[in-house]
Amino acid sequence: MNPVNTSLKSEISPSLDWGKIRADFPILQLKIDGKPLIYLDNAASSQMPQQVIDRLVRYQTTQHANINRAVHYLSEVATMEYHNARCKLQQFINAREDREVIFTSGTTDSINLVMHGYGRKFIKAGDEIILTTLEHHSNIVPWQMLAQEKGAKIRVVPINDKGELEVDEYEKLFNERTKFVGLIHVSNALGTINPIKHMIDFAHRHGVPVLIDGAQAAPHITIDVQALDCDFYAFSAHKLCGPTGVGILYGKAALLEAMQPFKGGGDMIASVTFEETIYNTIPHKFEAGTPPIAAAIGFGAAIEYLMDIGIEHIAAYESSLLAYATECLSEMPGVKIIGTAAEKTAVISFTIDGVHPHDIGTILNQDGIAVRTGHHCAQPIMQRFNVPATSRASFAFYNKRTEVDALVTGIKTVQKIFL
Amino acid sequence: MHTNSLYQEVILDHNRKPRNYGKLDHANHHAVGHNPLCGDRLDISLQLDNDQINNIAFQGESCAICKASASMMTTAVKGKSRADAETLIHEFRELATGKLDINQPNHLGRLTVFSGIRDLPTRVKCAILPWHTLHAALNSLTSASTEADDSVQSASNHS
Ligand SMILES: Cc1ncc(COP(=O)(O)O)c(C=O)c1O
Repeated sequence: MNPVNTSLKSEISPSLDWGKIRADFPILQLKIDGKPLIYLDNAASSQMPQQVIDRLVRYQTTQHANINRAVHYLSEVATMEYHNARCKLQQFINAREDREVIFTSGTTDSINLVMHGYGRKFIKAGDEIILTTLEHHSNIVPWQMLAQEKGAKIRVVPINDKGELEVDEYEKLFNERTKFVGLIHVSNALGTINPIKHMIDFAHRHGVPVLIDGAQAAPHITIDVQALDCDFYAFSAHKLCGPTGVGILYGKAALLEAMQPFKGGGDMIASVTFEETIYNTIPHKFEAGTPPIAAAIGFGAAIEYLMDIGIEHIAAYESSLLAYATECLSEMPGVKIIGTAAEKTAVISFTIDGVHPHDIGTILNQDGIAVRTGHHCAQPIMQRFNVPATSRASFAFYNKRTEVDALVTGIKTVQKIFL
Repeated sequence: MHTNSLYQEVILDHNRKPRNYGKLDHANHHAVGHNPLCGDRLDISLQLDNDQINNIAFQGESCAICKASASMMTTAVKGKSRADAETLIHEFRELATGKLDINQPNHLGRLTVFSGIRDLPTRVKCAILPWHTLHAALNSLTSASTEADDSVQSASNHS
């Protein structure tokens, strides 16, 4: 059995009834072609518990109006609930102030905000931006666009054969031209948990700000942005049992204030004449137009749901599921696990000898098993491991051991068909 | 639908032992097909003389559906006229997208084993890619993509 991750080592809480928690998720009752749904695509999007669905219904049936705009009752309620959601997010990541939490449409939007708001203002020709091989395309492409526009350069931190960042190489990339670091906290394709605290501290010793893509970390690891001292942290609600269409960008207040707005429009201004516009204060400066109010409130409810269970309990439960799944899959002949970092979240990317991942996905689907197949928006990782694509099973706290067993049986079926 | 009806023995056999696999030395038409969604790549070379396909070969990395489709396609069009091949391309696309009534007369023959693909929208492109690419090669286009409306992506005189 793989050693249990040190960072996820807290005991599985005996007081939590995981079966009861699972029952909170109505979609898990679905049958696919008569077979029970086995949902192992949580890294792409996780499912929503009834509590969050109910919260959305309550908002939509009793609280909905536009925010920040009118004095009538509903507008005030909606404005307050939207603000409460922001405060829940603030608490979730332990931000100093609620104005450091900006609602965006998701991680991709958050990263683009930093690229436009910070990058376009402060990064110049000849400057260097450090990214890693593990980045999701959403933390590569915006920086490439900026580099192209400014004549800046992108430097990439390599990974080893286990899928871990080579931190020595990271440190060697720094020089007087280094102006920004974009770093994924947890790899969506491999599950690798990166030593971001150390990497942030190192960057800060060179006076370089760091953006953390936390899309895959926030659902599984307790985030404390003050302890991490990161400059920016981004994630999406839909990977945290919340709705699609919303996410956050955390940014240190001083940085957000120094940045230029990303989008122009209503709500992000203090006053407008055709000669001059004075921008609103943060966070409003970065929330142009009507935000996803309902989704943000649902996001707040999802955060409340997860904090009630406790991210540390979720991490411990998932860690034991990962250990079990890793043990089962590594014993299967012809199955190769890609990404064997010592520190991992509950993600297993794998290949089966002689079978293309898309065929694996289609055949598993026939048993009701949902996995992701493809390059996982992380083509540099696929190139590093010299595979066109992988299949990925990603687990959540509502998955159970018998679902791992079903995956094993499904893989055997694939192997039988392609014998 | 039950997926096993898609992964039938014929398809598995063509995947295992693809026919006309490789690259023609004396090809006068050539195209590369690409499915950017899954990274599949397919290379088709043709020897077209007086509008007749005298020889055809394919190679590339792809899933079983794509490889079997390519393999069966090469056996189906080899020796056929350009016009007959275009008819097959049209009929196969209609079959894969569920627009063809397979009870009506058609020229597809054994290729109808792919009829089940229409129930798997994410895999339709895997089956169609070889046909897109053949169409591009016949029309002297050098590349085809499953993400273009038609395979008319880049026209050049590469034949
Ligand atoms: C690590 C990582 N970063 C960024 C994203 C993009 O998130 P979104 O599509 O919600 O903007 C994802 C989601 O797939 C991800 O896994």
